[in-house]
Amino acid sequence: MTQQKHRSSTKMVPMPTYSIVPERDVNEIPVLETRHLGIEFGGLKAVEDFNLTIGKTEIAGLIGPNGAGKTTVFNLITKVYEPTTGAALINGRDLHGMSITQASKLGIARTFQNIRLFDKMTVEENVRIGLHNRIKYDMVSGILRLPRYWSQEKRQHEKALELLHIFDMEKLADEEAGSLPYGAQRRLEIVRALATDPKLLLLDEPAAGMNPHETEELMENIAKIRDQFQIAILLIEHDMNLVMGVCEGICVLNFGRVIAKGTADEIQANPVVIEAYLGKKKEG
Amino acid sequence: MTKEKRKRLIYSLVTYLLVIAAFIFLQSMIANKTISRSLKGQLVPICCWIVMAVSLNLVVGISGELSLGHAGFMSVGAYTGAVVSGWLLNGFDVQDTTLRLVLAIVAGGLFSGIVGALIGIPVLRLRGDYLAIVTLAFGEIIRSLVNVFYVGTADGKLHFSFLQKNMPDAVTMLVDGAKGAVKVKPISTFTAGFILVLITLVVVLNLINSRAGRAIKACRDNRIAAESMGVNVTKYKMMAFVTAAVLAGMAGALYGLNSSTVVPSQFTFNQSINVLVFVVLGGLGNVLGSIISAAFLTILPEMLRAFADYRMLVYAVVLILVMIFTNNPTIRSWVNRLTAPLRKKEKTGGDAQ
Repeated sequence: MTQQKHRSSTKMVPMPTYSIVPERDVNEIPVLETRHLGIEFGGLKAVEDFNLTIGKTEIAGLIGPNGAGKTTVFNLITKVYEPTTGAALINGRDLHGMSITQASKLGIARTFQNIRLFDKMTVEENVRIGLHNRIKYDMVSGILRLPRYWSQEKRQHEKALELLHIFDMEKLADEEAGSLPYGAQRRLEIVRALATDPKLLLLDEPAAGMNPHETEELMENIAKIRDQFQIAILLIEHDMNLVMGVCEGICVLNFGRVIAKGTADEIQANPVVIEAYLGKKKEG
Repeated sequence: MTKEKRKRLIYSLVTYLLVIAAFIFLQSMIANKTISRSLKGQLVPICCWIVMAVSLNLVVGISGELSLGHAGFMSVGAYTGAVVSGWLLNGFDVQDTTLRLVLAIVAGGLFSGIVGALIGIPVLRLRGDYLAIVTLAFGEIIRSLVNVFYVGTADGKLHFSFLQKNMPDAVTMLVDGAKGAVKVKPISTFTAGFILVLITLVVVLNLINSRAGRAIKACRDNRIAAESMGVNVTKYKMMAFVTAAVLAGMAGALYGLNSSTVVPSQFTFNQSINVLVFVVLGGLGNVLGSIISAAFLTILPEMLRAFADYRMLVYAVVLILVMIFTNNPTIRSWVNRLTAPLRKKEKTGGDAQ
């Protein structure tokens, strides 16, 4: 229901950096702002002049044909790569020179295109790694089993189960993460990312390998997560039903450059986008 | 309590109980004088190698970094232990052997931990094979350094040098270059070894099942994912490495104070590989396995004395056979089938609680 409310009251409005954000987020600091972000690999410009602003509670989509540089954008934002040009800001803080860990502490969490779970650890332990910087105790309390160990372990356990409840996965808590079915692994990655208490959640092809029913469910859950946690979500996805259904703003990338930005309707009607996906109409 | 937690608790309990039972059994054998002389002489070394294996397992099995210089830390501990013990005896006339042993072990652990931290800073930036080779090199560097190291005590003061001529005249030599630590008073006891094994178990098992331990395992399973979750990978690799170095240093001190001399050739690359064999045979990440394989493989060469010249050959063959047997899927499933009823009983028993 809240999802419907958001949708109807949302109007995309232009921001100073020729990006657009939902109207409700206009007076907030944008969660992500990239300015002329770009990276070269030995002369090859994988991403060039990438400008994107994401509002505080926006669900945005990043689409484009294979090899367009979508995952590279994620890697730039999460500091797996250091950009060669431009800057990325999280809540107004420049990420320049930060490590992946530092960027994570600023509130970026992500899932991976090729799932990267801690395979040999249990589902709950995977979520607990996400809670690593939220519910802490030091090594000595852990080894000597001081009272702090017991109280924090209990908090971690409860919080982990609470987070797993989003996808009704509490029953799987003791399973080995690597032994889960594919769809469940993707969901677990989302839960683990949410456990870090992010401001911006990056989902890299969350629906890959899911059947239409699972995708439908995922779509509802993405909106639910945004409403419940009041965070921004940026997702890469090839499933257009999901992208068009859940994303408020969509950014289209081709050959490392942004070729279009707008709402679902605008993107679907954009001739440049259609050309990028389907090729050019024969002249004459 | 969840199923997983119960499983881990049982594993830890079995490990502790087995070690305690073995200690009580061996102590009663000593009391009854039914223990063979060779086995009695092996008791302290067995404890040392168990500590070495369990601590290396923390690095190789839990943290997932192949370290080939573990004997280097042992030698640091052994020399520090010998020096501290000798210094306390000659400089301060401390006659209480227990106090000397405890202080020597603590000092050995501390010093080895410092060396581990210094080595860890450059080494843990590397990954995989590179890390293995650099740890190997550091192990050799440590050995070469102590080979030309002189420590003496005079009037309660310690004198260090890499040159013998720098030593004052009226000095009692504690470490005499290539001759190693000389005139060491053997003060190690089996009880001390047993306590050290227990301490090691508490540290390693509790560490594995805590926030820090999970972070260490996460860095092993997927470095990039761990970093993305805000886990400081270098910090946790360092934590595992230094903890292992401290434990190895303590084992080294105990080992060094078990005989009258400590020489550099006791801690060669071969010893590092030996400890690695204990770990691999016992199973990566399997603490109980490390204990059993360390104890078994330390006694084995003594048991094979009957084969005289062919001793090491038989040792190698036994090692290969055990490796094949423990890794053969057919044999594994066969063992699993045999133990299935046992495990079922355990499960229902647990659920009834």
